[in-house]
Amino acid sequence: MKTENQKAWFFVLPVLILVAFNALIPMMTVVNYSVQETFGDNLFFWEGLTWFENLLRSERFHAALGRQFLFTFLILIIEVPLGIAIAMSMPRKGIWVPFCLVIMALPMLIPWNVVGAMWNIFTLPDIGLMGYFLNHVLGISYDMTQNVFAAWVTIIIMDVWHWTSLVVLLSYAGLVSIPEAYYQAAKIDGASNFAVFRFIQLPKMKNVLTIAILLRFIDSFNIYTEPFVLTGGGPGNSTTLLSIDLVKIALGQFDLGPAAAMSLIYFAITLLVSWLFYTLMTKDDVRS
Amino acid sequence: MALELQNITKKVGGVTHIKPTNLVLESGHFNVLLGETGAGKTSLIKLMAGLDPIADGQLLMDGEDVTGQSTQKRNISLVHQFFVNYPHMTVFENIASPLKVTGMAKSEIEGRVEEAANILQLKPMLNRKPHELSGGQQQRCALARAIAKQSKAVFLDEPLANLDYKLREELREQLPELFAGRGAIVVYATSEPEEALLLGGKTALMQDGQVAQFGPTADIYRTPNSLMAAGIFSDPPINMAEFTKTGRMAHMGRNISWELSDERAGLKDGVYKLAIRPHHVLPYKTDAASVPIVGKVLVTELSGSESSAHFEADMANWVSLARGIHPYQVGENHQFFMDPNQCFIFALDGAPVGGDHHG
Repeated sequence: MKTENQKAWFFVLPVLILVAFNALIPMMTVVNYSVQETFGDNLFFWEGLTWFENLLRSERFHAALGRQFLFTFLILIIEVPLGIAIAMSMPRKGIWVPFCLVIMALPMLIPWNVVGAMWNIFTLPDIGLMGYFLNHVLGISYDMTQNVFAAWVTIIIMDVWHWTSLVVLLSYAGLVSIPEAYYQAAKIDGASNFAVFRFIQLPKMKNVLTIAILLRFIDSFNIYTEPFVLTGGGPGNSTTLLSIDLVKIALGQFDLGPAAAMSLIYFAITLLVSWLFYTLMTKDDVRS
Repeated sequence: MALELQNITKKVGGVTHIKPTNLVLESGHFNVLLGETGAGKTSLIKLMAGLDPIADGQLLMDGEDVTGQSTQKRNISLVHQFFVNYPHMTVFENIASPLKVTGMAKSEIEGRVEEAANILQLKPMLNRKPHELSGGQQQRCALARAIAKQSKAVFLDEPLANLDYKLREELREQLPELFAGRGAIVVYATSEPEEALLLGGKTALMQDGQVAQFGPTADIYRTPNSLMAAGIFSDPPINMAEFTKTGRMAHMGRNISWELSDERAGLKDGVYKLAIRPHHVLPYKTDAASVPIVGKVLVTELSGSESSAHFEADMANWVSLARGIHPYQVGENHQFFMDPNQCFIFALDGAPVGGDHHG
């Protein structure tokens, strides 16, 4: 005999309350703002989907979104192969392992605004180590406050410096979990180094790489602090990424309605791309 | 075909792991490496496969020196204790993988895979991935890869150790058939003396990184040439005791003595070691010459059709293994009988004694 009652719901309640306060309620507040206009004084006017329509037609939004995708694409295409390459060249046993791991983890431990400030000073043309070296020793004109290309190169190098470690550490974890027997089997099969990479290391790293790419996509797509401190979105609007633009609209112009609409679309895009990527990557596993 | 080891040595950081080893492993029969875990079986296989560097000595394959040759260039196969298959490839692709690397024609690959799959009954599973197979099927897939490759040497490193009992017996029966008539040198590492006896061929007894004895399996089972060899080739562990020979008589402890055979009576008087397998120490008399030993029973085990007893007699521990169920009382004295004709006799340091090859 099975006794049935509804007491189990009480066990779910704490989680429901927690999720409500840290996700649902703030999110619904944003939804609330996104369909209204306010001028303060707690006065609200119904606007319907106006802000969404305006935003989707806005040149400024398209430009920021384009820059955001370009930025994320560039850092992924550099960080992922670079991270795998570094992970593969790290020792897998011996006294150098902890040393390498600590060195790799260091950039990730630095607060984000400090990273921005560090690179800002580092690249100053007159006193920054890199800026001075490029301008006065190598004679390459480099000033990221003036030159769009230099600004982009700088924020990308900064991100690569800051976050390649994440890909390295995750790939490394995947690599060390491969039993020695697989390498031996491949050697005995007569496989080349490339075949070992392609048929043993890469498949074994697939799961951790999926997570690494997903994390790097979400983080870089939402990046704010470092480019804000480093370039402030300039020169002009050339490095105004989505989140920087969003803050400008919300806090600079105090357009809470359009900013809320933009937040929701921003969130939807992040969610959609993450979901698509994750589904594609794990499609095979589900089937088998 | 033959694989010849000439003074092969392995060192790790100055410590010798494999002492100079000389073996001639031929095709046509199984070459069993028998020894406990840590005896150096896997190390020796890795040296032969080129997975670890050989510190000293030469490795000859059909007379050709392959000591420094890379593993990739050697035409060999290796089947591990745990099942190593490429996880994202199907069974077919797994079996075909070593062939694809050689650039073999597709039709020939298919033929060879099919043949190997037939022998190992993997035909219905060719399109599955390894994780969809049972342990036994996964290991059969690994074996099929070795067979399809038709390599000169096949190393089987305790391939049945991780299988359950029934499968192990089944596959063990099939193994000699699988490789019969294929002309490959088959090297089979195991820690079970029984397995060595079942597989026949030749056996190399290994302990502490050295080969204690090498020869036809039945011969070295019957006539181990050292205490070490006798110890390795016995399960449960062999009984060892010291005795003193004076004239024709052997005396063990205070009150056990027996008359030696003519052959052994010729040995110099002195102290020797005897070794006798547990199944020759029985709770009943088998021969007129059987030597009674009275001992206090310490532990007893019943395993269906066999009874074993650990007992203490004259400060030495003994093990008896007898067919049938024998009611021993733990803590009580019991009479056992040792068949002196089944004893091996060695010098005190475990070395063979002159002219003695008794069974």
